[in-house]
Amino acid sequence: MIQPPAIPEIIQLIPLKSYLILSTALFVIGIIGVLTRRNAIVIFMSVELMLNSVNLLLIAFSSYRSDPTGQVFVFFIMAVAAAEVAVGLAIIVMIYRNTRTIDINFLKKLKG
Amino acid sequence: MELAVFYFFAFLALGSAVFILLTKNLMYAAFALFLSLVGVAGLFVLSGADFLAITQLMVYVGGILVLIIFGIMLTRTPDKTDDSQSANRILLNSRRRFWGLTLSISLFLVLIATITQATFRLSGMPIKSRSTIKTLGVELMTSHLLPFEIAGILLLVALIGAAYLALNRSPS
Repeated sequence: MIQPPAIPEIIQLIPLKSYLILSTALFVIGIIGVLTRRNAIVIFMSVELMLNSVNLLLIAFSSYRSDPTGQVFVFFIMAVAAAEVAVGLAIIVMIYRNTRTIDINFLKKLKG
Repeated sequence: MELAVFYFFAFLALGSAVFILLTKNLMYAAFALFLSLVGVAGLFVLSGADFLAITQLMVYVGGILVLIIFGIMLTRTPDKTDDSQSANRILLNSRRRFWGLTLSISLFLVLIATITQATFRLSGMPIKSRSTIKTLGVELMTSHLLPFEIAGILLLVALIGAAYLALNRSPS
């Protein structure tokens, strides 16, 4: 059984609340981007920002609790994000080939 | 000092994120996303997750950001013509020469000052390593082995699917 590493002294200088506020702000900026921008690629970037803020929060908590499980979760989130970006950008490129635009307001053929 | 570094990286991440929201230029948005990711990576290092910071730089900056820039270039609407053979130009101006030079030179001076003040531990002096790589590797290979394998298969499937989706099926 390995010993989990102790809390680094450096993180004790930074309050956990700062990490919480920063991650929340990044997440909300991502939400604003997804809801207000019309370009599909900018929406993608905003989704990446949201994933990143969650990663940051997980790592902060794992450091404070000296528990490496949070870092393992971040590892998996990164793998899933890579897969998501690959498939999503392929879909966006296909949409562009078919409609010559990636403005999401033009993609309303399924609207009843 | 640590608080100052924290606030610097937090400002970098937040400012670039806000810039992504506001800018109209897609290329600028991509570069701002790069800055934001670098800021978050710095915060990873500050929280003692050095391996994940490197992974963040390699996966996000090296992979995802390049993919996004490729996506921008592939989906850029040409200015006037509908001709698919014409170049998709991304307009970028290079006018901020003064600020660029000032920033780079001051960064160089700061780095030089840091290097001259630092005391490097060279041969003979013990180094107490505090890396998280070993813990992370043991965790991945013991208690999280099944999710690890599933993540690998997911990546394989997603990449093959993406390559198949983006295949050019036009007869020409």
